[in-house]
Amino acid sequence: MKNSSASKKELLELYQKMLLIRRFEEKAGQLYGMGHIGGFCHLYIGQEAVVVGIDSIKENGDQNITSYRDHGHMLACGMDPKMVMAELTGRFTGYSKGKGGSMHMFSKSEGFYGGHGIVGAQVPIGAGIAFANKYKKNSCVCFTYFGEGAANQGQVYEAFNMASLWKLPVVFVIENNQYAMGTSMVRASSTEEMFARGQAFNIPGKAVNGMNVLDVAKEAAQAADHCRAGKGPFILEMKTYRYRGHSMSDPAKYRTREEVQKVREEKDPIDMLRSVLIEKHKISEKQFKATDAEIKAIVTEASDFALNSPEPDIEELWTDVYAG
Amino acid sequence: MKTEILMPSLSPTMEEGSLAKWYVSPGDKVKPGDIIADIETDKALMEYESIEEGTIIELVVKEGTENIKVNALIAVIETEGADEINIRKVDDIKIIEPVSIDSNEEILSEEDKIDSVNTTLEDSKKLNNETTQNQVVNELTVREAINSAIAEEMRLDEDVFLMGEEVGEYQGAYKVSQGLLEEFGSERVIDTPITEHGFTGLAVGAAFTGIRPIVEFMTFNFAMQALDQIINSAAKTNYMSGGQINCPIVFRGPNGAAARVAAQHSQDFASLYASIPGLKVIQPFSAEDAKGLLKSAIRENNPVIFLENEILYGKSFPVNIDSEQIIPIGKAKTISTGQDVTIISYGIGMMHTLEADKKLKELGISAEIVDLRTIRPIDFDTIIESVKKTNRCVTVEESFPVCSVGSYIGSQIMIRAFDYLDAPVLNCTGKDVPMPYAENLEKAALITPDEIVFSVKQVLYKD
Repeated sequence: MKNSSASKKELLELYQKMLLIRRFEEKAGQLYGMGHIGGFCHLYIGQEAVVVGIDSIKENGDQNITSYRDHGHMLACGMDPKMVMAELTGRFTGYSKGKGGSMHMFSKSEGFYGGHGIVGAQVPIGAGIAFANKYKKNSCVCFTYFGEGAANQGQVYEAFNMASLWKLPVVFVIENNQYAMGTSMVRASSTEEMFARGQAFNIPGKAVNGMNVLDVAKEAAQAADHCRAGKGPFILEMKTYRYRGHSMSDPAKYRTREEVQKVREEKDPIDMLRSVLIEKHKISEKQFKATDAEIKAIVTEASDFALNSPEPDIEELWTDVYAG
Repeated sequence: MKTEILMPSLSPTMEEGSLAKWYVSPGDKVKPGDIIADIETDKALMEYESIEEGTIIELVVKEGTENIKVNALIAVIETEGADEINIRKVDDIKIIEPVSIDSNEEILSEEDKIDSVNTTLEDSKKLNNETTQNQVVNELTVREAINSAIAEEMRLDEDVFLMGEEVGEYQGAYKVSQGLLEEFGSERVIDTPITEHGFTGLAVGAAFTGIRPIVEFMTFNFAMQALDQIINSAAKTNYMSGGQINCPIVFRGPNGAAARVAAQHSQDFASLYASIPGLKVIQPFSAEDAKGLLKSAIRENNPVIFLENEILYGKSFPVNIDSEQIIPIGKAKTISTGQDVTIISYGIGMMHTLEADKKLKELGISAEIVDLRTIRPIDFDTIIESVKKTNRCVTVEESFPVCSVGSYIGSQIMIRAFDYLDAPVLNCTGKDVPMPYAENLEKAALITPDEIVFSVKQVLYKD
């Protein structure tokens, strides 16, 4: 899908994917509360339009890489919700055999390179995947996601410099959800224009309404075209918002309940697309209910699959330390 | 007044160099700042300026002469008012001819007359003889060995590429990558900005897709900036992905103390990297091992830390492996067999160990010397077998003593061969201080052959 004149079918697919992420994340939150998911768990609720919009314009072989807030990215690029949930619950049937967890999941076949737990580390790695695309002379683009908090890490600019110098096919997607853990952007960043962070390196950038999946798709398509034309990297600042805490253990004292509620009511990406589907394509309440039920079934299946899967065999402790 | 012009030292570890070109002839007038010669070291070709004003009266070393020791006399200049103390008479000065295969015989006849370059000429003679007799250069410096390993593997596999600071147009900060840009082009020999954290992460990302970067750190001190990408990204992703995404990458460059570059540029990182599961760690001593092990490292499907040494780059060793052969990672090498004590070392520690062994032989002590070569995984089979025979063990390494490689080996010997030990395992290491600058302090901070001899005598309970 490359423009806002998307067909009804395409819009419905976007809607289903966003809804899948939302329901999946709600279930993950629930399982966390029940003790089935351990450690850190960073939910993507509120930001669904970003990955779903970008994924809709990806071409075969394009890659993506992100930080630890990664469940949405995995579902968007077609990874199996059952295996994602199994990994979240530390089961052998998970993408990393239960050895990676929420923050470290990968699927080479779907072009998903993680899932990285160190803030900002995925940015030069993403540039490196793009470097490999250029080295292999293919036309793939690597979408490299990071937050506005990570945008203050030094290695981000080291990656910007090399990506621009060597004209690497990488779209840097800054998911600006306004809070780096508990620190709002204005308290951490000397400038608020994240899209302009590449100016010193001659990397063009654009701010996008990251709550509108159609805007996201349109701008991402243009950015990818820029890369595929051999013009080097592009920066997209996706203005978005996370409804939940930074992680499950976030006391959320840094913003008001009202602020969150206001975004949910006025800017929710799923509600926005729902309105479009109702107005332009006359989707009925009954059809939405059917979709809800389908998504709910997928998520329940994922949860059941995960909870009924075995933990990794104790021998797995010693495998995969080295590749053969 | 006649003043000597001596072979200059142009880098911290330079011991000798070549006189590539004279820009002056006897009778020429020079003043301070005039370029009088091109001096070539194993690292670079550099112009050499006069610091005197006067007239050149003698060029002692002919253009093209190689292996001239630092501080050897290369020319004599007539200056106004110079101090005559310590100046040799011109009559005593013998012109040093450039070494070439054709002049082999002449050099031999001159040899005993020229004290100051005795060693140099012997070395040259040896090299010449091998070159002429065998027509095959089977003696390589460690630098040449590493260079040839990279070149051979790049010829075999176009997914292999080299990146780092000054690896291309500059020909390598330590000349290791000399000639590679010309052969393989700038798409495969990639000069990076000074951005260790960034280019390390970038190379790791490239490796995740299956291509095979060789990342040169100008020295491993600078890799400290990139430690997160090495440890958290390169080493762990295969495990964290359940075996889906491996990282076939080599991180290589000089490690350990060079000479007089003080604390931030002098440290051995072997034990630090060796403690990380997911990494393999190699520190070769000889040129053959450097070549064979680097080829293995490049073919390895896991991240490899390949620790070189600036002082060893210029050392020559016989190399008896061809381009088809590799040396497996994880195998130690027993350099010499002995009965009284096992000495375990690696990297430049081996140089001190071999020096110590000469003294031990004089004392009638028969040492079994094991060159670890690979620090992770450590070849404990070889170690334990040797210790069961000799019942005593001394480890030798340049790194800091706390949590050193030797301390781990000692604990493993205690666990695996306790009943065979006749003395505690002793660790010879660098001292537990940041490396000082002053020459005497630096020497005191490093391990010495005498310390090794002392430790060996201790485990043998000899005075």
